[in-house]
Order: sequence, then C-alpha cells, then structure tokens
Amino acid sequence: MTRNGRQPVLVVVQLTGGNDFMNTVVPYANPHYYDARRKIRVPEDEVLSIDGGLGFHPSAAPLKEMYDAGDVAVVQGVGHEGSSRSHFRAMDVWHTCEPVEIGTEGWLGRAIREIDPDKENVLTAVNIGRGLPRALVAPGVPVSSVGDLENYGILTGVTDAAQRAQALETFKGMYAPAIGTGPVMDYLSQTGHDVLKGADILKVAPARYSSDVEYADTSIARSLRDVARVHLAGLGTRIFYTSHGGYDTHANQLKDHPVLLADLSAAISDFFQDLRDHDASDEVVMLVFTEFGRRMLDNGGGTDHGTGGGAFIIGDRVVGGLYAEYPSLDRQDWEGGEDMQHTIDFRGLYSTVLEQWMGLDPVPIVNGTFEQMEPFAA
Amino acid sequence: MSNNDLALTAHLMRRAGFGATRQELEELSTRSYESLVDDLLNPERFPEIEEDVLDRYYPEITIHNNPGTWLYRMINTKRPLEEKMVLFLHHVFATAYSKDGAPFSHLVQLDLFRRIALTDWRTILVAVSRDPLMISWLDNSENHKNELNENYGREVLELFSMGIGSYTEDDVKECARAFTGWTFTQPIPLYPCGHYLPEFEYLAEDHDEGAKSFLGHTGNFNGEDVIDIVVRQPATAEFVSRHLYSFFVADEAQVPAWSVEPPRDPDAIEALSRKFIESGGSLRPLLRLLFNSDFFKEARYARVKSPAELVVGTVKVSGAHRFPDPGLVQLGEAPEYMGQHLTNPPTVEGWHTGQEWIDGGALTERVNFAADELGDATKPGVRYLVERLSGDGSPISPGDLVDRTLDLVGPVIVSDVTRDSLLGHFRSDGDLRFETEADRERSEALIARALQLAVSTREYQFA
Repeated sequence: MTRNGRQPVLVVVQLTGGNDFMNTVVPYANPHYYDARRKIRVPEDEVLSIDGGLGFHPSAAPLKEMYDAGDVAVVQGVGHEGSSRSHFRAMDVWHTCEPVEIGTEGWLGRAIREIDPDKENVLTAVNIGRGLPRALVAPGVPVSSVGDLENYGILTGVTDAAQRAQALETFKGMYAPAIGTGPVMDYLSQTGHDVLKGADILKVAPARYSSDVEYADTSIARSLRDVARVHLAGLGTRIFYTSHGGYDTHANQLKDHPVLLADLSAAISDFFQDLRDHDASDEVVMLVFTEFGRRMLDNGGGTDHGTGGGAFIIGDRVVGGLYAEYPSLDRQDWEGGEDMQHTIDFRGLYSTVLEQWMGLDPVPIVNGTFEQMEPFAA
Repeated sequence: MSNNDLALTAHLMRRAGFGATRQELEELSTRSYESLVDDLLNPERFPEIEEDVLDRYYPEITIHNNPGTWLYRMINTKRPLEEKMVLFLHHVFATAYSKDGAPFSHLVQLDLFRRIALTDWRTILVAVSRDPLMISWLDNSENHKNELNENYGREVLELFSMGIGSYTEDDVKECARAFTGWTFTQPIPLYPCGHYLPEFEYLAEDHDEGAKSFLGHTGNFNGEDVIDIVVRQPATAEFVSRHLYSFFVADEAQVPAWSVEPPRDPDAIEALSRKFIESGGSLRPLLRLLFNSDFFKEARYARVKSPAELVVGTVKVSGAHRFPDPGLVQLGEAPEYMGQHLTNPPTVEGWHTGQEWIDGGALTERVNFAADELGDATKPGVRYLVERLSGDGSPISPGDLVDRTLDLVGPVIVSDVTRDSLLGHFRSDGDLRFETEADRERSEALIARALQLAVSTREYQFA
C-alpha cells in the first residue's frame, strides 16, 4: 500500500495522564454537561463550535482550524470494558492491548515486526524522547529512541576520528551476541548494535532539513519538529512515537489544561504545515490518544480519573468529522454511576489505523477483531 | 580470617550504597561481612555530610531544577545505606516537582526520607501522608469532607502498601474519606520575605467523621487508623518485600504486574514478608536479613543499574565531585538523559526499572557518560588507577591490561566475547612499556582507553 508513491507513515502522540476529553471536545449544547461540570467547564460562549452540539476548547484553535479543513477525525468515547482508573494499568492496556493479563509486548512493537520482519532498518520505528514506551517494545524488534538528534551516537567523546572508529569496532565486538547470558544481556547486545547502525543513518537528518515553519519552544513542538526532520530525511521510518505529559489534572485544571491544549494543537498544526511545505504530508497520519478520560463530575479544582476518553486521527488523507458516538451524558447512563460509557473499543481504533492506513492485518496485533471506522479517503 | 572478599564487598557496596573507591574496597574487605552490614544499618555511627560547604556553593534552591546536590550527597556520604534508602523511598513515593509551587519542598521531602529511612513502614506512611509535597502532588489538599478527591487514598493502597488487586474500589473511597482534612498551610508568598515552607495542617472541620468500612474493619477512622490497618495486611508485607527485593537484590517485573506475576524468588519474598510481619514492618531487621542472605550474596549483576547508580558509581571511581564544584549542575542532568530525572519521576508509579532502563537512547547516554568520565586522566580517581597500573614500571601485556582494568573498575566479570574484543583492541599495541617518557605517555593513554572501554561494556550496565 502506498500513498502518493510512498509508504504510509504513522505518528503516534501519547497524551500522558488522562486527557479530559469532555473539556477538549466540549458537548456545550448538552445541559447534562453543565450539570456534571459545576466548576471545571468551558462556557458555551467560549467554545469553538463544530457540529453536533460540540465545540473545541478555545485553546485548541489550531486544531479546530484543521478540523474545519477536514483533516481531523474526532473519535468519540473510545475506551474498553473494565477500564482501569490506574494510570499505569490503563496505559499498559493501551500499550499492550491486554486488558486482562499483563502484556509485555507493545502493539506497535508487533506492528513493526510485521512491517520489517527481517529487521532491515533499525529506524523503522523512532521514538522521540527518552525512555521507550511499552507500546514499542517487542522482543527482537529494533526501535531507536532519540533524545538528541544533533549528537546521537556512541563514544562521541573520543574525538580522534581514527581512534573513535577503532573504539566503535571494539564496541561492536563487545556487544556481539553471547550464548547463554540471558534475555536481558541479549537485549543489551541488540540495543548496542541498533544504536550503532541508527546513529550512522540518523546523522543526515539535521543536515538535510531546512524549513520556514517556526515551531514554538515547547516540549511537544520540539518533539514533533524532530519527527518532521527524520521523516523528511527519507530514512524509511514508518512509525514515530512521542509523548506529551501533564494531563493528570486533578487540580488547577482551569489554569493548566488550556496551556496543554494550546501547546499541543499549535505543535500539531505547525508539524503538518512543515510537512505540506515539503510535499510530505500525504503519506503521514497522526494518532493522538490518552489512557482515559476524566470523571463525569468535577471535584471542584479538577477532575479525577475516569473512562471514555477521546482520540484524534489527523492528516491530509483523513476524512474529517465525528466518529463513533459521544457517550451519553445522561446521569442514568453513567458507568458505575460516575463515568462515561465507552462507545468504541480502543482496539477498533488501532485496527482502523493498522488495516486501512498501514495495510496490516490488525487481528494478531490487537489480539482480536474489533469494529472499525472509515476515516480515510479512498 | 575474613569471611569476605573484595568482589563480595564491592557487591554489597554497589547495592547497599553507591559503590566505593578501590582503596575503600580494599580496606573494607579486610573486615567481616556481617560487620560491614551492621555499620551500613547504623548510619548514626558516621558523621553527616558537611552541609555548610554544600550550602555555600549550592544554595538549596538549585535542587528544584537540578538534582546535582543530591548526587553530591550520594557520592560523598559516609552513610551510604541511609542515602540509598532515600533513593529507594523516592522510587516508591515518587513525587515530581512539576506540580509543586514551593521550591524547597523537595529538599524537605528528601530530608524527611533521610530521617525515616531506616524506621518502619507505619512511621514512613504517616510521615509521607503529612508531607506537604506529597499532599500537593496527590491532591489530598483537594480531598474534602463534601468533595472527595480519591487520588491519595487510591495510591496509598495501590502503590504505597498493598498493591492492586488486594482491595476494592469501596476501600479506596473509604481510605480517601479517612484522609479528608489532611492538608497543608499556604506559605507566605515569596515576595518580599523570601521562601517559607508549607507545613502540614489537620483541619478537623474538613474531616469526614462518619463511620467508614475499610478492609473489613468499621469505625470512625482517621488517616493513622487506616495506616494501622494497612500495615498489618499480609499484602503489604509482600508488597514492601518485593520492592526491597527489586531495589536491592534482583530485577523484578514492573510494579503493575505484581498482582498477576509471581515473584522471581518466592522463597526470598516469603522470608522477607515473614520478617516484615514479625518485626511490625521495621526496616532494619528486614534489611539485615536481606543483606546477610545467600539470595543476596548470590545475586551479583542481577540488576540493571539505575541511571543514578550508574552515574554515582562511575563518579566514585573517577574521583570527581569530592567538593561541591560548579560541575554539579551538569552532573545533575546526566541521570535525566538516561531516563531518570531525579525529583521528577514520570508518574506517581515512579520509574520502570530493570531492562526498561535500557533503550537505544539511554544506552548511548550511559556508555558516553561513563567513557567520558574514565577517559579524563585529570580526574583524581582516574589518575590513581593509571598510576597504579603503571606504577612499578614493569611491562603490561595486552591481556593483563584488559583484566586489570576490568578488575579495577568493578571488579566487572565479562563474557569471553567481551574479553576477546577488548583484547583485540589492544593486542596490536603490544606490551605497555614505561622506560622512556614517550613510552610512558603512550602507555598511559592506552590505560585510559582501556578504562573507558571497560565501562562501555554491557556487563558494566549491571549492578
């Protein structure tokens, strides 16, 4: 499957902490919303109205513009049966597609294995940031995790070129597989080799890049700019991953949440503009997700952990609009008397992207068959 | 005759502390192993760090942006287990500064951890529940009689005592109710008077005095009552034991998996849990059992070093930062680049450990940090090791060079694959000679390179 003659690329953005979907895509026309959210609410006259009685949070104006241009699919009420209110458990479930057992393999790790079964490219998947999210982890699957795109490599402190080359040869030898030393040592060996290979290739990305887009000086903007730089270098990366933290708004939500949404939506908008300027947006789709939404009732200063989050599928090849259903806000429909009921399983969201965008069989990746949407242009 | 050897001493000091210099290891390994454990468990026998020197160069506020001063303590403390327990408690009671408006609060919390480091789990839970930084981080200041915020109540059970699966959602709510009214005073604003600290405050009028039904007990429970019930639960004994095992002995599965994945060493966990129950959650007897056990002594290199351990352990060898010089700020950034931003853990769960410390980016940072540290012969520890190797002027064969450098930076036990590669690196250089000035210069450069490569090995990544 190709797009504009190019392989499809997926950029996953994780909103860490549980984004308050109800205050991101606001059901302002629904009186139940204002009943539930006594204090932590977006007033009707501030909402950036779309359709269906919904509107974006005013701080997400760039995202609203992209929605108006038809580039944003809003996936409403995404979740799963028995959603956990623990961040870590919930994030684990999203990462591994294992809502009952504890999974160790990430769904994207499995996808990478399908895309690049012979491990031909250590940059098939690139995480921008430090520390590897479990979504990307699968035994034997190479992923490059890049904190600093400018100076990425091993033994960069050895300045003499000939000596460094010799030291790197030795490093390669030291990290060769050793029999019977156990899985952690094997993993270390593999990681060492992958870093050597990835560093050699990644060197070109900052040098090749030039752009008129001025990204903001925020963590998410820096991360997405790095995604753009690697993508535009044409290194064959098919999956990018990055995270934006701070969404655990138990308190001070009226102050903190708008900043998060503003930073996020500006970064996404700049990112796609950058790609368009380089004629490289057609093959890219972004999936924005979070581990859960927040509780129906606010707590006065913020919102506690809940269910029924929302996700976004964004890109030029996306047919914008509302997908799945906004969960019922009527008190009698609240799950456990407190939470939104989910209206689509998150594995259906993943399946949609995997099958219809990446051209992969989603069943073994998400562990089952789940109802999909059709958010992509033919 | 000592029942101890240098490798076992090094193992103990890596785990119960942050490593030791070669000179320290040689001195310590002349003593009995049990007496070393006893000294570690009784930090009050040794002086505290000289705070005034640290304060003069680093007014305390800097820890808020940079944990360099904490790393300085880890490097220079005469009470290694006390400081290691501070790191342990930071792992368990992971608190990030991102929500904290008061810049001194993390220092206060770390000082608190230092004071309670070797007490008992009840004392620890009560102290942590009263800590303004924790109250702010998990929103207990927003947990009101008429407006429950269950964040803290949940984590007390899920992450601080029993672990997921051993209580119900109702227990979470009842626990949160018991902690209503536990808040802190708002400090005087920063300007014009400077920094004042928030203090714990109990607001009786905001405490829910109703009856609560918690883990099968019923009563008008307050926070301490709930903690009393919690520390008596076998689930708590096992949960804390697994934490200690994972931190001090060998890497366990990540915390969220504990409710479904059995321990790596069930007998060890059972022994520790029994001791926890028997001692009423007291940590000194528990740690004494742990460090003197065979399962501990045999678990060499069974843990991936945390970034803090890697950084501090390497600096112990390089001999740098024995004085609070300006480089501490850069040092403070090093663990962050490896995935462990001290005082700013990613979530309240803390860091995922073991193999999860390692990814391409983190491995790159680890190798580069250690190699840069050991490649700098102006650092006193590196200078010492170079002189020690070159000292008597007799030639050193490539094989000796490799073996002796691995021994001096650990000792690190390596696979044949690693050793052969190191040998391959130096074989063509022939024997190191020290007869002429030119020989000596060349040989010292090769020793420095051998030290660099020794700490670049995959084996060095393990504690």
